[in-house]
Amino acid sequence: MSVQPTAQAELTAPLYNFAYLDEQTKRMIRRTILKAIAIPGYQVPFGSREMPVPYGWGTGGIQVTASIIGRSDVFKCIDQGADDTTNAVSIRRFFAKIAEVAVTESTAEATIIQTRHRIPEKDLQEGQVMVFQVPQPEPLRGLEPRETETRAMHAYEEYGLQYVSLYESVSAYRRIAATASYPVIVDERYLMSPSPIPKFDNPKLHMSPALMLFGAGREKRIYAVPPYTRVRSLDFEDYPFETQRWDDVCALCGAEESYLDEVVLDDQGNRMFVCSDSNHCGERRAEGHVGPMADHALAGATS
Amino acid sequence: MAYVAVKGGEQAITNAHALLAEDRRGSRDVPEVGVDQIRAQLSLAVDRVMGEGSCYDRDLAALAIKQSRGDLPEAIFLLRAYRTTLPRFGFSDPIATEQMAVRRRVSAAFKDIPGGQVLGPTFDYTHRLLDFALAAEGGHLPDPAAMADAPLADDLPTIASVFLHEDLLEHETPALDAAEPYDLTREPMQFPATRDQRLQALARGDEGFLLSLAYSSQRGWGSTHPLCGEIRLGDVSVEFTPPELGFPIELADLTVTECTMLSEFEGSMEHPPQYARGYGLTFGHCERKAMSMAIVDRALKAAENAVDQVHPVQDEEFVLYHSDNVEASGFVQHLKLPHYVDFQASLQFVRKLRREWAEARSAKEAAE
Amino acid sequence: MTTQAPPLLRVNRVSKWFGEIVGCRNVSFDLHPGEILGVVGESGSGKTTLLRCLSGKLEPTSGGAEFLSKRHGPVDIFQLGEQDRRRLQREEWGFVHQNPRDGLRMRVSGGANVAEPLMSLGGRHYGQMRRATTDWLERVELDISRVDHKPRNFSGGMQQRIQIARNLIHQPRLVFMDEPTGGLDVSVQARLLDLLRELVRDLQLSAIIVTHDMGVARLMADRLLVMKNGDVVETGLTDQVLDDAQHPYTQLLVSSVLQL
Repeated sequence: MSVQPTAQAELTAPLYNFAYLDEQTKRMIRRTILKAIAIPGYQVPFGSREMPVPYGWGTGGIQVTASIIGRSDVFKCIDQGADDTTNAVSIRRFFAKIAEVAVTESTAEATIIQTRHRIPEKDLQEGQVMVFQVPQPEPLRGLEPRETETRAMHAYEEYGLQYVSLYESVSAYRRIAATASYPVIVDERYLMSPSPIPKFDNPKLHMSPALMLFGAGREKRIYAVPPYTRVRSLDFEDYPFETQRWDDVCALCGAEESYLDEVVLDDQGNRMFVCSDSNHCGERRAEGHVGPMADHALAGATS
Repeated sequence: MAYVAVKGGEQAITNAHALLAEDRRGSRDVPEVGVDQIRAQLSLAVDRVMGEGSCYDRDLAALAIKQSRGDLPEAIFLLRAYRTTLPRFGFSDPIATEQMAVRRRVSAAFKDIPGGQVLGPTFDYTHRLLDFALAAEGGHLPDPAAMADAPLADDLPTIASVFLHEDLLEHETPALDAAEPYDLTREPMQFPATRDQRLQALARGDEGFLLSLAYSSQRGWGSTHPLCGEIRLGDVSVEFTPPELGFPIELADLTVTECTMLSEFEGSMEHPPQYARGYGLTFGHCERKAMSMAIVDRALKAAENAVDQVHPVQDEEFVLYHSDNVEASGFVQHLKLPHYVDFQASLQFVRKLRREWAEARSAKEAAE
Repeated sequence: MTTQAPPLLRVNRVSKWFGEIVGCRNVSFDLHPGEILGVVGESGSGKTTLLRCLSGKLEPTSGGAEFLSKRHGPVDIFQLGEQDRRRLQREEWGFVHQNPRDGLRMRVSGGANVAEPLMSLGGRHYGQMRRATTDWLERVELDISRVDHKPRNFSGGMQQRIQIARNLIHQPRLVFMDEPTGGLDVSVQARLLDLLRELVRDLQLSAIIVTHDMGVARLMADRLLVMKNGDVVETGLTDQVLDDAQHPYTQLLVSSVLQL
């Protein structure tokens, strides 16, 4: 017996709803988002759907984007700060195909920016929405594996355990060792994981004019930082929070203040550093900024 | 092709997909396998994909197996991603497995039970010798199995009803005023989990994971001393009662495997000693899974009121959060995605630590 | 001990039933500031059930227990919401378990275990907390060079010292102790008891100590509550109860110690 013609027709020429999710699901997710915005930093459980990409590959971010995107939106998608990494390309193609929205690599032009592991260097504006892909929404999970217990800790604002881990870190390394997924307190109430962005990006969350939405598909949680909300990175008075700095500048555009990726040039220990934010780097070079290796092959490829 | 392609990302993905399609087809000298062949001849694979994919459709499951090149968790994922786009129009009435058209039914608890032991199609008691006759081209058709002289009874009583008059087995009567069943595909996991939520999670759970958990419990890591009360395989009909009609209409026939595991319950102030049960149900013919599910269900039930939950199988959060192979496979494999921003942060930190370590060491050596 | 001050804890007819089995029945007593109450009895007498109820770990079937809280004033601990009860446990109480594994985080260092209550109460200065931690480790006579070692690298007696430091560092008003020296061998036990006695006297702590060991009770407690089958069968000043036991069961307990 062969596949029924109806099923086959559906499979070869799928008639998906705008932005893939059906409207009921979108409504459910929008309600979740509204609740998340109303309680900044609180993880709201939601009926996460199975998506056509695997869990851990951005299903949470995709569901959030799919629920808020409209035909007039301009969509940007980055992974590791770059628009042209494979998974960013894949997700951008997904929305270009199923929502037929305009896509861009320009941070300024985008209305919705979905991201994994970075916040763009350029200051965000009012009206823009950042959508973060979140692998593990629970900042306390590494310290306490039980969901029932961590939910109680949030409910009762019992965050001593998080400080215990910072204390251990200072005892062992004479500094707070966390370099990414660095925990924050939102609006002086909820402890929140900023997703695995480097702590370099944490200050960008504080009082940002843009709305920050965090989607964790596999763990089925959504949380938010509304515009102009206080976001404080945890620290000790005598070991204050600090961000990463590099001795090098971007080899292509000469930027001194941006987050740099290390590019290994050979197996002799030679390397160069370039902006992780590909759009930022390209725009700077277009403005005439020049780095020490501006004519490297990478420059042509990422402009 | 570059991994994190620089501007080549789009092209790289397209080319990778083309290569994948080529590999799936394999040598063009060999005829293409048909979905109908998979459906008919790899039927246990189809059954597993339907069960863990939570979608009873043999054709789609067979297609998913073909598309995934026989990678069953991938096929399960494909079916799930399709299923999630389907509208839900309601809940069926509970299926009546006591009215099952039985093809196989065995109980390890009694030598004989009303209706008889029915061995049916099973690998049990086969000798696991490779049958090279199957490798021969155009193998001849197997001889048809002999028909029994008399048909089976229409209704074969379940192990529960066998025990009923003695009250030896715990009752599990559904609450008539119960709200709609939990729907794990629409709601997130909650703890403590309700029984319907737990059974759904186990029914969708990875066969290998549940098998290992059940095995661990048998070996003493949370022992429940299970006894296989009954396994039955056969067809049941699914009925749905539309609110506007008020009477049930038959939607389809399903093949299911059902397993009831028994284990002793020593009794308490409120209850006399009796047998408690664990329950397993799968789409299609999946005995290993149904038995594992029943053992794990029983272990979790026993752990509900226990003070010491020391073994993995007794820990509801551990079992339910880690049984789904679509979630597990995605998250494990997401480690293939680039992580170089985080790695750069970590690298910088470790380099700094190494520098400080070397400085401290040379200062110490200088002092000595 | 000033008897004029109002009681710190007023326990009124606390009962706990497990189905038809009695845990403890109609227990009443007052605990004054600075007072150490010993609860003695065999295993199964209900003393641990009583302790678990009073420390908010187990809900009693009936009865009340009014605690003079710094934050809330006089409150019935069984009427408090979960959040307030957890806060009370964190801020004003300590609980020393028989097994240090139940009272310590085995995955973090001894030092961090001791510092955690300070952080839970809002401590945000690493250096200050570090100093307080090492001070306390010295007080419980531990080698401070091992402050960053994990508990598993310490002996049972040393783990118990860490647990005691962890439960006293935030200066609680009331400490519950469940057989605090139960799992230790005799010589370690004796030294630890001396230390505990000194600490509770110095800090003027109030404490409820559950023990089956009449020697521990004599050394630590001002007053005793003797329990049998869930009931309090005798109560009084420690010396009085031990030297002139009235209830035959108490006499039996006391004589069994002497036989040792």
